[in-house]
Amino acid sequence: MTINPSGWRPEQGVANDTGRAPTFTGNRALMLEEPLIFEIGSTTTTGVDFGEAPSGANRLGGLDRTAPIGCYGLSEPETVRHFTRLSRQNYAIDLGLFPLGSCTMKHNPRINEKIARLPGFADVHPLQPQETVQGAYAVIQNLAVWLIKLTGMYGVAMSPKAGAHGELCGLLAIRAALEARGDVRQVVLVPESAHGTNPATAAFCGYAVETIPATGEGRVDFEALKARLRPDVAAVMITNPNTCGLFERDLKAISDAVHAVGAYVYCDGANFNAIVGKVRPGDLGIDAMHINLHKTFSTPHGGGGPGAGPVVLSEALAPFGPLPFVGLHADGRYELVEEETAGEDHPHAFGRMAAFHGQMGMFTRALSYILSHGADGLARVAEDAVLNANYVLRSLEGVLEAPFAASGPCMHEALFTDNGLGGGITTLDIAKGLIDEGYHPMTVYFPLVVHGAMLIEPTETESKASLDQFIGALKAVAERAQAGDQSLKAAPIYAPRRRLDETAAARKPVLSWKDLPEAAE
Amino acid sequence: MPTYFTKDHEWIAVEGSTATVGITDYAQAQLGDVVFVEVPPAGTQVEKGKEAAVVESVKAASDVYAPVSGEVIEGNGALEADPALVNTSPEGEGWFFKLTLSNEGELAGLMDDAAYKAFVDGL
Repeated sequence: MTINPSGWRPEQGVANDTGRAPTFTGNRALMLEEPLIFEIGSTTTTGVDFGEAPSGANRLGGLDRTAPIGCYGLSEPETVRHFTRLSRQNYAIDLGLFPLGSCTMKHNPRINEKIARLPGFADVHPLQPQETVQGAYAVIQNLAVWLIKLTGMYGVAMSPKAGAHGELCGLLAIRAALEARGDVRQVVLVPESAHGTNPATAAFCGYAVETIPATGEGRVDFEALKARLRPDVAAVMITNPNTCGLFERDLKAISDAVHAVGAYVYCDGANFNAIVGKVRPGDLGIDAMHINLHKTFSTPHGGGGPGAGPVVLSEALAPFGPLPFVGLHADGRYELVEEETAGEDHPHAFGRMAAFHGQMGMFTRALSYILSHGADGLARVAEDAVLNANYVLRSLEGVLEAPFAASGPCMHEALFTDNGLGGGITTLDIAKGLIDEGYHPMTVYFPLVVHGAMLIEPTETESKASLDQFIGALKAVAERAQAGDQSLKAAPIYAPRRRLDETAAARKPVLSWKDLPEAAE
Repeated sequence: MPTYFTKDHEWIAVEGSTATVGITDYAQAQLGDVVFVEVPPAGTQVEKGKEAAVVESVKAASDVYAPVSGEVIEGNGALEADPALVNTSPEGEGWFFKLTLSNEGELAGLMDDAAYKAFVDGL
């Protein structure tokens, strides 16, 4: 067996050789080269004109800055051009289909943006008096109620800032619940078909992680799980739908078995978009599940905005959820429940996940999305996400091997392997070939349960025409791969940079920076 | 010097009560170019089937499990500077760690060369 050729090799020629004469600027027509900011900026240039700071006593407690920060500055027009040019070298959901599996790169509706920019939402500060932010609190509370209802759960912690942060919150609640009953446990079980962050979260919480194998059809091996369920198990972390794009149909029975040994079920809800409005995780015996607002509920992510990972909790875990949270009084007044005010109502809170309430900008966007779709519209989101993924799966039959096609329809993402590719062509070569076709590649080499995985999540926001074009592009590349077309090894050939030597970059990274003039002296 | 193999593609070469552990040629080929290896320092107690080392390639990061229980007597320091040794010489210079066996009986559950070959052919 040959080593997977990951990355550009010297025998492929000069990395950026286009075979055309070089230009004076390095630009190629409207494809502009852009230097790094320290190559064009200076520490004495700024696009912002601050007034003289008033002199006098400060409250920095002796922590005043003693040396220049030395950020490289640009004038305003230079700044605008610098970042606009960089953004043109990027690929974004606003440019085209973004097939990254498990990332749910879907359209961010502009109505969300309009609502989030209303001054009453955009200009609030977490420390301003509570009576001045009642509307913002109402948004948080309304969103919380929707999330609870959509998941069939008992409570929700809104403050976690992202999916993995939500996992941490869920496991901390589980640990707090166990400790409250004097039951210290050591092990968290994670199936092979779970997200990669799950074992990391469990290990971060101090648990030993044990892996549960997947069955031949791509689901959790329930028998293996049952055999491992003993009183040292604190929790089982299951991703549903899983990373093979399949619904864990034994989940209710799994939950019952987990509860029978006094453990809890954590569900990774990153793929909730496949079942929202259709399945309530609470009905499946889930104790805690994070929801990626930046996936299921269409708030921006992947550099377009911060994540938000609220965690819904079962009745057993809700008392241990973190502070602060927004409470609603009988008189209609909202109040932030914090350590000073939690009192007897919430004495078991394990602490805080964040300094403040959570990602307010994401809350307004997610609630806008929910209200503009309604319950029926959200169910349709799940239907269309699943339909689109199955359209991709079936359209590529006979072109790429789908390992679990016999396990029934997939959920929101389609999984393929590199079986049947010819001439030493690999998954990576297909990914690079897709770049030449103008697409961001799919997720590659994950999940690990299949060989040379390609995981594609088209999402519900792509039209049939858009899907057909993507399928056509992938088919064309995959057919070249099956035929062992060696020119794929050189892909991408049309990108501003040819294939990078990922191995050398990882083994011997060359960092580019320029010392500050002050620091160099 | 008998060599045994695990289903997780580790090899273990036994010499008396000490042994050398690494990953197989099949494993390195599956991983692709190895870019980072973390081996346990001397004195580490490893337990059969539990994580003992980490290997990272351009494609994935994977745990390497201890084929048997014991105490590490040496980690292969050469892998820090040159992780590519795992690709070029997985069952030679690219060894991961040496250990003293705490229970030689654990070797009984491992595969010999022929059994491992048959196991890999069946994958």
